[in-house]
Amino acid sequence: MIAQITALWQRFTTNNSEQAGEPVVATSDSTPPAAVLPPVDIAPNDPLLAYLLHVNGPVEVERLKLDSPALESLKAAGTRLLVPLVSQGELIGVLNLGSRRSDQEYSSDDRKLLADLATQAAPAVRVAQLVRQQKLEAAERERVAQELKVARLIQQTLLPQSLPEIDGWQVAAYYQPARAVGGDFYDFRTLPDGRLAIIIGDVTDKGVPAALVMATTRTLLRAASERLVSPGAVLERVNDLLHPDIPARMFVTCLYAVLDPATGHLVYANAGHDLPYTTGPSGVIELEARGMPLGLMPGMHYEEKEVTLAPGDTVLFYSDGLVEAHDPEREMYGFPKLREELAGFEGDDLVTYLLDTLHAFTGPGWEQEDDVTLVTVRYDGPSSVQREDPVQKGEVALLANFEVPSAPGNERRAMNQIAEAVASLDLPPDCLEKLKTAVAEATMNAMEHGNQYREDLPVHIRAEVEGTRLRVSITDHGGGAQIPEATTPDIDLKLAGLESPRGWGLFLIKSMVDEMNVHTDDEHHTVELVVNLDKT
Amino acid sequence: MEHKTFGANLRPMGDSVIIDLSGDIDAAAEEALNAAYAQAEAAGADPVLLNFSDVGYINSTGIALIVGLLAQARKRHRQLVTYGLSDHYQEIFRITRLSDFMGMYADEASALQRDR
Repeated sequence: MIAQITALWQRFTTNNSEQAGEPVVATSDSTPPAAVLPPVDIAPNDPLLAYLLHVNGPVEVERLKLDSPALESLKAAGTRLLVPLVSQGELIGVLNLGSRRSDQEYSSDDRKLLADLATQAAPAVRVAQLVRQQKLEAAERERVAQELKVARLIQQTLLPQSLPEIDGWQVAAYYQPARAVGGDFYDFRTLPDGRLAIIIGDVTDKGVPAALVMATTRTLLRAASERLVSPGAVLERVNDLLHPDIPARMFVTCLYAVLDPATGHLVYANAGHDLPYTTGPSGVIELEARGMPLGLMPGMHYEEKEVTLAPGDTVLFYSDGLVEAHDPEREMYGFPKLREELAGFEGDDLVTYLLDTLHAFTGPGWEQEDDVTLVTVRYDGPSSVQREDPVQKGEVALLANFEVPSAPGNERRAMNQIAEAVASLDLPPDCLEKLKTAVAEATMNAMEHGNQYREDLPVHIRAEVEGTRLRVSITDHGGGAQIPEATTPDIDLKLAGLESPRGWGLFLIKSMVDEMNVHTDDEHHTVELVVNLDKT
Repeated sequence: MEHKTFGANLRPMGDSVIIDLSGDIDAAAEEALNAAYAQAEAAGADPVLLNFSDVGYINSTGIALIVGLLAQARKRHRQLVTYGLSDHYQEIFRITRLSDFMGMYADEASALQRDR
């Protein structure tokens, strides 16, 4: 028999999709092949399919009397014979045959041969379909696994590698992602003035998109905290920068707090995140502040709130994963339970304590539903070093904390603000004048050498009294290279023209105060001026 | 006290000239200070008296400018005398050793008296 197979129509029954196979032309001898007919699609609800599933053997198209769009298409295409391929009770394909080359009708021997062919071919076609489907599914699983891997890598790179270490304080953090990588993040940032920024947030999504938004948000927060002191201002800036670029329906909840370790003063602002709590000798206090999540709407305002921590207090920052965990009866952990557990807390490890309550609540075999993030900051009290030094006993009082833009003449402003701030100390006039000169010179150096007189880089100035020591810190953005040692300038060389008449600043600073200490990191210089008050 | 614009005015006094300084001596004072001193030198004055009575603030750049004047004066063997410095800035002139090279007097009369 010489026949032309015009198309092998296949059906993927598991996903109900249609797949037109490649036209297959079988020819023999040197007879030129007839034109290849286009494959014919058969709709899932076409009555021809039901008919072919139940008929036994090849079917002559001309004899069929079905109201079938597919049948009409097959006739129009010149199909003469249909041979169903059935495997395990499923129609998995159809052989469409056109006219015989001899132009005779198909014989009964032809039909028998075709029926046998169909019986043999159907299982093979089925196996091929299953193999292809399995490959597609494997590729999808591989893609998902790869995305998970990338997302987890992004997240691991961006979460803090270490915790801040501050005298008198304990900082702890716990992060456990759910099965899919979520959007929780937290960060710590030591600010130029020595205060600590604490950030916790959550991106609404999973996988790589959430990880990338988290990375962007974290970078924007760090950049904003370089220039802006106030938590509300930081969130406003980040919100406006994030809004134009964040994918639709995604947003970031974020709580941004700034802790002054010297005083326990905590100021914070909230962009739709879970409210932190403090727990300690004064009981459990919810730290409320309201604001829209980041990236949702431009031009938002974020209110700022303040609290002062006392020795024995612990602040808890956390994400939904804790309060939205469920027990085997589908009850939620919830905020009331969290407050109860906080009220019952004693000791100094709140993270372990809360995780114990969580696991007791969810029971063994819990399938974690969301990321769990906990960050705690505990105030042990003034540092032990300070307690051991009688001269330095007593409270730390913050007298001033401000910035000046790096512009010529602004050292006057800094000098005057410090003079006002220390007025309550009743310094002797000569001592006050010396302090003013030292502050002016240190500020000039910071503006000129540290910040290159860039107005967008402020000098941060902070004054505090600790026991009998007045300490004024002046910080710029000129990290890296060390500040040169203060040496005594040689006026003879300068007068002889062998040296520049300049170069008096560091010498003056050192001469005007009792101690000058310099701290340098990658991004900042800080000059710390110390005046001993007990000798005044 | 805010920033006060620097001023320098010459007052002839016999063979000497008094330069009455006022305001803040910082980088902004450079041109006016050098111009005033150049005028005094052109007049052949000796000594030149610097009156700091109305100066409220001198920063390290101001110190450098004064060192520059002193260098010029010494090159021409001309006396430079100061008066009217506050206690604080007298201390600064001492620790920088400017006082080793410039007479320091409390007021105009005693500065002129030294001359005589």
